[in-house]
Amino acid sequence: MNKDYSNVLSKLDMIAAKIYDDFERTKIPYIDLPTRTKSNIKFNDKLNVWKYGANTTERSAKSLDGAYMLLRTMYMADFIKEMIKVKKSSTLREMYYISEGWDLAKFHSQNESNLLAEDLEVITECLREDFKLRPEEDGARVIGNITIEEMTRNNTKKKIHCQDDVGDSGYSIPYNVEPEKLTIKGIDADFIIAIETGGMFDRLVENEFDTSNRSILVHLKGQPARSTRRFIKRISAEKNLPVLVFTDCDPWSYRIFASLAYGAIKTAHISEYLATPSSQYLGVTPSDIENYDLPTDVLTKEDINALKSELTDPRFQDSFWKEEIKLQLKLGKKSEQQALAKYGLDYVTDTYLPEKLAEMGITKK
Amino acid sequence: MPKITAYDLAKKQKEISVAEFFERNKHILGFGNQTRALITSVKEGVDNGLDACEEANILPDLYIEIKNHSDGDCKIIVEDNGPGIVKNQIPHVFGRLLYGSRFHAIRQSRGQQGIGISAVVLYGQLTTGKHAIITSKIEENRPAVVTELAIDTNKNRAEIISKNTVHWDKPTGTRVQVSIIADFKRGKKYVYDYLQSTSIVNPHARIIYKEPDGTEHIFERTSDVLPRKAVEIKPHPYGVELGTLIKIAKQTKARQLNSFLKTEFSSMGDRTTNTAIENAGLEKTINPKNMKREQFLALHNAFKKVKIMAPSTDCLSPIGETLIKRSLKNETHEISPEFIITASRPPSVYSGNPFQVEVGLVYGGNLPKDEPIRILRFANRVPLLYQQGGCVVTSAISSIDWRRYGLNQPSGKGIPTGPAIFLTHVSSTQIPFTSESKEAIADVIEIENEIKLAFRECARKVQHHINKKVRRVKTREKFDLITRILPEIAKKSAHILNKPVPSLDPIITKIMDVVWIEDVIEYEKIERPLVQTNLMGESTEEKKSGTITKSRILVVNYKRSSQKFNLYAIIPKDSVVGTVTPKPSKISENYIKWNLDTIPSINKVDIAFELAGLEKGDFDENDLYVENINPSYVIGADKWEGD
Repeated sequence: MNKDYSNVLSKLDMIAAKIYDDFERTKIPYIDLPTRTKSNIKFNDKLNVWKYGANTTERSAKSLDGAYMLLRTMYMADFIKEMIKVKKSSTLREMYYISEGWDLAKFHSQNESNLLAEDLEVITECLREDFKLRPEEDGARVIGNITIEEMTRNNTKKKIHCQDDVGDSGYSIPYNVEPEKLTIKGIDADFIIAIETGGMFDRLVENEFDTSNRSILVHLKGQPARSTRRFIKRISAEKNLPVLVFTDCDPWSYRIFASLAYGAIKTAHISEYLATPSSQYLGVTPSDIENYDLPTDVLTKEDINALKSELTDPRFQDSFWKEEIKLQLKLGKKSEQQALAKYGLDYVTDTYLPEKLAEMGITKK
Repeated sequence: MPKITAYDLAKKQKEISVAEFFERNKHILGFGNQTRALITSVKEGVDNGLDACEEANILPDLYIEIKNHSDGDCKIIVEDNGPGIVKNQIPHVFGRLLYGSRFHAIRQSRGQQGIGISAVVLYGQLTTGKHAIITSKIEENRPAVVTELAIDTNKNRAEIISKNTVHWDKPTGTRVQVSIIADFKRGKKYVYDYLQSTSIVNPHARIIYKEPDGTEHIFERTSDVLPRKAVEIKPHPYGVELGTLIKIAKQTKARQLNSFLKTEFSSMGDRTTNTAIENAGLEKTINPKNMKREQFLALHNAFKKVKIMAPSTDCLSPIGETLIKRSLKNETHEISPEFIITASRPPSVYSGNPFQVEVGLVYGGNLPKDEPIRILRFANRVPLLYQQGGCVVTSAISSIDWRRYGLNQPSGKGIPTGPAIFLTHVSSTQIPFTSESKEAIADVIEIENEIKLAFRECARKVQHHINKKVRRVKTREKFDLITRILPEIAKKSAHILNKPVPSLDPIITKIMDVVWIEDVIEYEKIERPLVQTNLMGESTEEKKSGTITKSRILVVNYKRSSQKFNLYAIIPKDSVVGTVTPKPSKISENYIKWNLDTIPSINKVDIAFELAGLEKGDFDENDLYVENINPSYVIGADKWEGD
């Protein structure tokens, strides 16, 4: 299937034209783009997700840094146009290495090149996939009663049932989950559980929680990749399934939930593609530490700072999060999903999850 | 209780022997403990050696060696290449306290009291019982005389133990060997510091120092020019004490008061003399020998009321900014400091005594950042090692707020903390030391003010330097921007759109909007014959390399309109100006001036000048000023404030 890239190409040319016109009109070249920080994300009522606000940052050739950014933007735009022309794609890391040959425009870290790729998405309102850029690895896994049809590399369609056609490690989510690559052929489940750690995912698989509780299990693998978030959004939308996020009990895990449910700060320009606003946080909550008397670790200085920062994060302003975060700061402790093993290997599937699901009104006792 | 009469007391009254006086006062004389004794001994030997060489117009080559025994017996050897001492004088110079040629002279010199080297001989004798051995050679073709001597402490006279002649390779010189009880282990660092410091303020001297374990330190000569000879001057009326005034009057050959004042004192011309005599209510024809105490007192008081010109300052021999900088650069080479800045004050006077302050500041490099700054104090080219806290140098530095110059200083008072060395050199005919051990300069308000002024000037230069550096970095960035990045952006955007590359000039002037001045300094080695005069008055021709300092200045007009202005480049006073392009409008003692022709927008002008008479690195930063242009339009030069 050949995608039409003409829109992408004209968007890229528009950036070059903006700079070129500035030169022609003897203006110092600049590009405006939304400020990509915590202070500039606003809740979009229509889309039900967090998007960038009205604040913009100017990348101007007046300053050295700004000029470097413009030069790199030119180089990256040129490189993407070239890839589209020769029908190739590259990983973000490959692009970082390719920039070695860009002389003055070369990046000093991959983070710089990744950020600029995101900037380019923001400016052009295209997706990274449109730029023929893909992340290094995804491989987040899925197990459950769901059938997927994937367009493979030799242009044939392949149906996969995520219980019968896969092993215990599950179906691996590809980096592109857009309709041209992946379609959902059937789902028979009551809810989706998104799980932070591989250990807990494997525990639920071994205890057959997907069949016993008619659920789809998705392993997030830490901070979920774009495709994982997009995949969860698509299967949840397909049958209007609730998404329950099951993570460790620490500030970093709450951010995983936030990026899944509300959109990440870095990718707020495409929140409506990636976020699943109906996601709910299942646990482990700071209240669980007390209620289930879980083994804990002491909060580090970084943990405390992260929690305090979350108190001012616009995405954590509802009463649930405010109370839980304040409670955690009071306890001074954190815990892990797998701490539930204190009560035995089956405790999480036999007791903890059923109790929590019932409490949240997902299942009936 | 029996009655004690004056006769009884008289039996107990007797002259105190020099040895007893010494024993009781050794702490004042710098022999308070075994560490101090070691340093004082080395110091007295070195001071003598340097003074001797300078008086004879010889570039000093000093050799210092210390050999120590575990029992604390330290053998100190100090050797110089001075004129030597005639053999009849040796017992007086080394075997008598308070004997010397410099005690009565009013001019700058290292030692003054004449207590120095003989005190070391006496200390050695008192602590080890060993005799001093003096070797002296006064003519190249004659053998050296070796004298072993002791001090008869009752008579304050030398006692010659033996006298021999030996062959010595040196053309002339003096070698002093004294054994004293000293603590070398503790004193080791101080001896090194003392010699290093001495080398800094005596750039014309070469000092070799051999430690007991055989380690040899060489402090190289950085200047081939002997310091200007200090001229002897007559006392100045402001500084003379009443008793001295009476004493001079008793000895004068003048028969009348007015000629007495004119001949025996400095700065006394006809008019000043008459005003002073009138003010004292005296007759100018009165014979000074017949004057009464009341009359002297009236005269002495009149001195203070009359405005008398400051004494001539020929009697001072300052080191000079260029040499201080060069020495500091040489000695701090391993620290690789960020910059070295010096300041020199004009001569000034306290109580009729001329003095002059010079300071230097070494900043950055490997110097410790969280320790108090290092203070190097010098008086008449002699390092002061002890009693830093009680010295006027320290109080002057402490009273300046150093916080805005990048140093830490709680509440803006006290010794600042930071990666810096502060050097102060005070030269004077009469350094007002706090005590005989000559370790600290007393709190004389005039000296304190001059030190403060000198350091303020230094601080201003530091500020200037820092500002300049910050601005240069910013300008360099902009230059990069317009010369490298902007053309690339233009090229790339044109490439993407398949269009011709747009012109950049209007944007370049928009972004820069300044006249930009950049400079480089290079050094070129040249071979030139150097005539050096040695002791015998003969001149030898020696091939020696010299350096030409080449400064190139680039002026680019990045303003949108043409610019026309004058440019000044500051040059060191002791340099000789060589080729200058384009033709300057003026060359003065300390600057070169150009009236530049109109420079159109985006055009540049190349300027170059050469300096001779400087060593590599003496002139390492251009100091540029502009006139007839808004200085805020210019980067790389400041506003010319006049000569």
